[in-house]
Amino acid sequence: MPTSFTPLTALAGGALIGLAATVLYAALGRIAGISGLLNQALEQAADRGWRIAFLLSMIIGAALWFALGHGVPSPRNDFPLPWLLAAGLLVGFGTRLGNGCTSGHGICGLARLSRRSLVAVVVFMACAMLTVFVLRHAVGGIA
Amino acid sequence: MNRLLVATVSGLLFGLGLAVSGMTDPDKVLNFLDVAGQWDPSLALVMGAALAVSAPAFAWMRRRGRSFSGAALPDPPSPRLDARLLAGSALFGIGWGIAGYCPGPALANLAHGTLEAVVFVLALLAGSALCRKFLPVR
Repeated sequence: MPTSFTPLTALAGGALIGLAATVLYAALGRIAGISGLLNQALEQAADRGWRIAFLLSMIIGAALWFALGHGVPSPRNDFPLPWLLAAGLLVGFGTRLGNGCTSGHGICGLARLSRRSLVAVVVFMACAMLTVFVLRHAVGGIA
Repeated sequence: MNRLLVATVSGLLFGLGLAVSGMTDPDKVLNFLDVAGQWDPSLALVMGAALAVSAPAFAWMRRRGRSFSGAALPDPPSPRLDARLLAGSALFGIGWGIAGYCPGPALANLAHGTLEAVVFVLALLAGSALCRKFLPVR
């Protein structure tokens, strides 16, 4: 489905995300990387509370905005199940193997001037763009 | 400093930012990645604005040396590139390009309660568990 360019909300939302990462780093010295926080919250009994608090509040923060009537009127809910499962498996496997996702490498890693994160971002962006190109333009779409 | 409170404030801001920016909409993400189609550049501005806030703040904290709670800042990032980083980022990118969800927006979408978001998050957890089992960090 086509979407329109929304520069103002993109900038405002992005600034909020950067502020969130700054709060966690400046106050606690922690990296706001969602895949890592999720894995550690589920697997490390020690030091788990703040990670669970972060992840639950993240869902609540999004819910508050949706409750105000903003956001997607009717979120996509008809993606073909086999593709959805494959995508989820790849994202879960890949973010653990590569030790980070869009937030950990993309926002925090780049802010820390990490060479590993810069390479990770270039690789996942390029692979994602290539995947979309193949699925949408070479094979003519999923389903 | 109350860590639960800090984490809650940070999480609320993060989730709000994802929703405000529209990045919880997987179609918007896919349309950013679709540079050959009806390109929606919004995601680039989201990352740019986030970095415009976090990069100078992180640099200032590095000069300061310690976090405000007294906890140490993470060690400087390693410059070492390895196969895990490259292969993992490639697999993540392919999965992201298929459905348009990365971990943060996928979790935030649980706020909508769509079956799609629930199924994706369960598959993500399964993929992560598979990697932990078969390719553990040595």
